Amino acid sequence: MTARKPKAQGEEGLRQSMSWLHTWAGLIFGWVLFAMFLTGSLAFFRPEITRWMQPEIQVQPAPAVQSVEMAQRYLDEHAPDAKRWFITPPSDREPLILLLYQLPKPKPGERGFVRVKLDPATGQAVQGRETRGGDFFYRFHFELETAFPWGRWLASIAGMFMLVAIISGIITHKKIFADFFTFRPGKGGQRAWMDGHNALSVLGLPFHLMITFSGLVLFMVMLMPAGIKAVYDNPRQYTDDVFKSFKVTPPLNQPAPLVRIAPLVEQAQQQWQGRLGRVTVNNPGDAGATVTLTQAAADGVSYGLMAPWMRFDGVTGKLTEGQDELGATARTAGTITGLHLGLFAEPLLRWFYFLVSLAGTGMVATGLVLWIAKRRQKARPQDAREAFSLRLVDGLNAGTIAGVVLGVAVFFLANRLLPADLPGRQLWESRSFFAAWAVSLVYAFLFQRRKWQDLLGIAAAALALVPVVNALTTSRHLGVSLPQGDWVMAGFDLTCLASAVLFAWMSRKAARARRAPARGPARGRTNASAPAATTTAKSAKSATAPTSPAPAAPGAVVYEPRGDTP
Amino acid sequence: MMRYRMAVFSRAAAAILGGYALASAAAACLAVWLPMGRADAVTTALMLSFVVYTCGVIWVFATRSAWRAWIGILLPAALLGGLFLAGLGMGMA
Repeated sequence: MTARKPKAQGEEGLRQSMSWLHTWAGLIFGWVLFAMFLTGSLAFFRPEITRWMQPEIQVQPAPAVQSVEMAQRYLDEHAPDAKRWFITPPSDREPLILLLYQLPKPKPGERGFVRVKLDPATGQAVQGRETRGGDFFYRFHFELETAFPWGRWLASIAGMFMLVAIISGIITHKKIFADFFTFRPGKGGQRAWMDGHNALSVLGLPFHLMITFSGLVLFMVMLMPAGIKAVYDNPRQYTDDVFKSFKVTPPLNQPAPLVRIAPLVEQAQQQWQGRLGRVTVNNPGDAGATVTLTQAAADGVSYGLMAPWMRFDGVTGKLTEGQDELGATARTAGTITGLHLGLFAEPLLRWFYFLVSLAGTGMVATGLVLWIAKRRQKARPQDAREAFSLRLVDGLNAGTIAGVVLGVAVFFLANRLLPADLPGRQLWESRSFFAAWAVSLVYAFLFQRRKWQDLLGIAAAALALVPVVNALTTSRHLGVSLPQGDWVMAGFDLTCLASAVLFAWMSRKAARARRAPARGPARGRTNASAPAATTTAKSAKSATAPTSPAPAAPGAVVYEPRGDTP
Repeated sequence: MMRYRMAVFSRAAAAILGGYALASAAAACLAVWLPMGRADAVTTALMLSFVVYTCGVIWVFATRSAWRAWIGILLPAALLGGLFLAGLGMGMA
């Protein structure tokens, strides 16, 4: 039972203990990690998803200078006594002007920040259907819909387990390069899953390592207070030191008109030779007002959180401070976090981000199924507890892997089907996501044998319905968006269809595996409801995976069975 | 069986809690001693602390016994913590 028998020492012993660690570190948070990976992949398309989810908003972006002028006019009128204004000018990805302002004294129960979207052509507030759009996936990815700060901690702990699982997985590997070209779906069962898991993991290994480590770095101020407390009195001083552009300055409590921001924007863009990312105004209408301009995150890999910035006196418009070049350390940290956020990635690269991130999702999923596949072969028929743990993990696997995907599809369907004036509409959208996931879990435990086949099939049907319902409820369906070259709408619908095909295929494979229990070395255990052959489908999920069905050198790279797992 | 479970539990505790203590000690020590500006030293220390944490976890599960695992975590943690205090005393920060 033990992975660390005293006799197993040296290199082989290390590999065995690392294999044990890989198995358990990966399993414990596997389901959370699957949901995080999938929603994180979707979050790379956050603005595009929001645009699909508000199809009634159709605007063209305008230059930053002009948009900032408009924003200032709007805020002067609607929020003259706000504590802070934030203005995000339109970009190619997000054509609206995004405004955010902080109320001076929010009433109890009222939110302190107000969000407004302006049409850059008219300067008027745009009212779309109430939805969280792509922000839902973005926030779920690191907060798991759990109250601050618990969700962030939970996500970070899951990330730390992921990092350990990746490193121990690498050490476990003897032939990491050869394994990459090994795929033997014909062998069925554990072998096929193992090959699929290896291919997906090794394919995106640099990405998986980067995304896991940088995710922890993004929250390091919260996670490692000891390093800050060692030299600072409180974390606030450190963040003020690092993120100087976010510094909050106190008001002087004397009224004074705010300078026109647009000319400052012109000046800054000239100096940067780049785009404006955000305007922050502290204490507008006060003598102590400041205007801070930050360069667009899309302009540089390291600009995700730490882009060049300039601060102006809010009354005279004089440049008071700024930073064009960050130090080597700040640039390193900026690059690590910037790589995670992927805001710099222009369309082609963003699609690669998305695909390799889906490969990571598939890595987690195949890893979870592999846990079952390995144990099922060795399971002792009389061991009730073993049977229980197999059933538990298998149920969680099916209910989560198919369930989260179903949840995403249902979330999109709810966006189209819920009445536009439903009170708390955006809450119902999120609820539909969790309801679909929960129902999938229940189904997975109720219908042991058919769960994979059915849930994958339902997920496929729901995904296929998304473009259909879009066509029935809006005038921006594939028949219109394709001829118009509206790639945000068309790309979304086509991606849903492609995913539907993939899941339908996996469902069919699962059905076939259920009828014909695993071939090859399996000892004829008929409870093999895990779809053995689905590996093929999972690997195909990362369209770039060169998992040619013909194994490169079957004889040379056969996996020797390791007695690594109980 | 019981003994095996205790050993696994002990190692898990050494990895999760001990590893975090080790990473924190490393972060504090580096923040004080790294020859950089204060903010840069802290940034570097925090980023490296996750590498230390991971290495600590790997050590805990790679070594022969749970006792060795604990010693291999707590000894360096105490050392780094001592270095941090020494640096603080010498006014390095």
